[in-house]
Amino acid sequence: MRNEHREYAVNAVLALGLLAVPLWALWANEPFTITLCTRIAVLALAGVGLNIALGLGGMVSFGHAAFFGLGGYVAGILAQHASSGAPILGLPGSNQMLVIWPVAMLVAGTVAAAIGALSLRTTGIFFIMITLAFAQMVYYFAVSWPAYGGEDGLPIYVRNRFPGLNTMRPWDLFVVSWGLLMAGIGVFALIRGSRFGAALMAIRQNPDRAASVGISPFGVQLAAFALSGAITGLAGALMADLSRFTSPSMLAWPMSGELIVIIILGGVGRVFGPVAGAAILVGFEVTFGGMTEHWKLWLGLVLLGVVLFARGGLLGLIAGRERLG
Amino acid sequence: MSAALFFEQLLNGLQFGLMLFLMSAGLTLVFGVMGLINLAHGSLYMLGAFFCAAAASATGNFWLGLIAGTAAAAAAGALIETAILRRLYTRDHLDQVLATYALILILTEGTKIVFGPFPLYLNTPTLLQGTVNLGLTEYPLYRLALIGFGLAVALGLSLLITRTRLGIRIRAGENDREMIAALGVNIRALYTLVFALGAGLAGLAGALVGAVQAVQVGMGEPVLILAFVVIVIGGIGSIKGAMVGALLVGIIDTMGRFLLPRAFGLFLDPSQATVVGAALASMLIYLLMALILVLRPQGLFPAHA
Repeated sequence: MRNEHREYAVNAVLALGLLAVPLWALWANEPFTITLCTRIAVLALAGVGLNIALGLGGMVSFGHAAFFGLGGYVAGILAQHASSGAPILGLPGSNQMLVIWPVAMLVAGTVAAAIGALSLRTTGIFFIMITLAFAQMVYYFAVSWPAYGGEDGLPIYVRNRFPGLNTMRPWDLFVVSWGLLMAGIGVFALIRGSRFGAALMAIRQNPDRAASVGISPFGVQLAAFALSGAITGLAGALMADLSRFTSPSMLAWPMSGELIVIIILGGVGRVFGPVAGAAILVGFEVTFGGMTEHWKLWLGLVLLGVVLFARGGLLGLIAGRERLG
Repeated sequence: MSAALFFEQLLNGLQFGLMLFLMSAGLTLVFGVMGLINLAHGSLYMLGAFFCAAAASATGNFWLGLIAGTAAAAAAGALIETAILRRLYTRDHLDQVLATYALILILTEGTKIVFGPFPLYLNTPTLLQGTVNLGLTEYPLYRLALIGFGLAVALGLSLLITRTRLGIRIRAGENDREMIAALGVNIRALYTLVFALGAGLAGLAGALVGAVQAVQVGMGEPVLILAFVVIVIGGIGSIKGAMVGALLVGIIDTMGRFLLPRAFGLFLDPSQATVVGAALASMLIYLLMALILVLRPQGLFPAHA
């Protein structure tokens, strides 16, 4: 059973803790820790996006790497055109995050709508396989198209800009990422509490009943899937700026798996689940990655343990299982 | 473009398609009978290739390697099914995805630890080296043998499914699990057997393909995703669908990569045509899948019509 008070407390700890650690690191002059926290925030934002489709809508997408990577490519491509001065599709490039973000969301959201419209013609196992396959298509297209780096990826020499901040400084970029993460979580919470969210969750639980009270499952799910892709794309644009590199590996299938893992480790459908999940994943990577190059073996064993014995993730353990259905 | 080259590419496509069929057949059976999505099927393909390469280099005999690779993959499959996956049949697909994704991580890293991080090389058997004259073109004997081998396994599998008692049970399991358990069939043993059969087929495919490509970590997942495309096109749970889907994917992918750059060359300059053609060719089978989804979302030959 879910304990609301405990979950609020955990959420507050997660939100403020993610702010406090880099603040301490800023004071202690530990820029690497700030960058780690930025990575957590960006991955968590990508997870928040996927959580709309997977957690609220029950759409198990194994293809969100496509939207994450597309966001990254938007950041990389616009920055490249801004520095070369060459127009793209008749428009100038840009190195302003405030321009890049909406474009990244638009591109990722549009592709998500197209993939969703095809994938939602099926359900269950088919949906998983099809989203995975279409994401692989986007990946192969990116590596076989040499104009923007192909297999080598696309470097971003100077991070894109945000008015009033110097994004080359780790703390400034962290603030931007944390702010966007909180905004993303706010959108997620709004959706979860809205009529739209109620319809989405009703469809997850029983599409036939939802349809019988006049909700169109396809339309609601498609809208949620497109929005989910757009938010994950926004996170991708941030990730490209964080690593100053757009890599085809952002589009590759292991990334999709990582995003699902982030959600499961934190707790499916929980507002702050992706934050907990991203923190666990990055923490795991840093801790065990330093000890052994085979840390993914241990990650695999932990995941297997979570699936078999601790369904509900970290927030489920602390604040009780979510009541689904 | 000569007819010989065209014919050769067509044979390559056929060979690719048959190897995809070996992958897809096991996946689609496991979907059909147990309702399980197994992302680790690609890892079993990889295991088959690694065990084949290791056994072949230890014994100096390719055929022993082939048997070892197939047996190792089947045994790994049986072990995974009894230890882990059988707990997941009643769970939702998300749990299955996550557990089998975890298995990919474990098997991939485990392979790196056991066999080292570098690719292994597997030589084609001496019996099948060289080329053979097919009239239009000289074709590598080993690749021709792969076609024959793939067809033979496909025939064997279809006889197994349609003509044997085990096949009857598998088909019955696809139709109604509870009923065949109630009729006294040991359903758990049947599940393990079906899973091991699928794993063995994947391992066999990995071992066979390992001799024409490098045997390396991560070789399984691209093939796994292609096998998903095959199953979406062919229809879930259907061996016939897997065959048709695999041949379509194999031939269209190979011919697309061969023909599209040439087709664009008719009206673009050569360097541009290569780029556009190659990029489009890499997307072709996914576009085919999209088309099938629009026209027949249940696939060409759904098992449960």
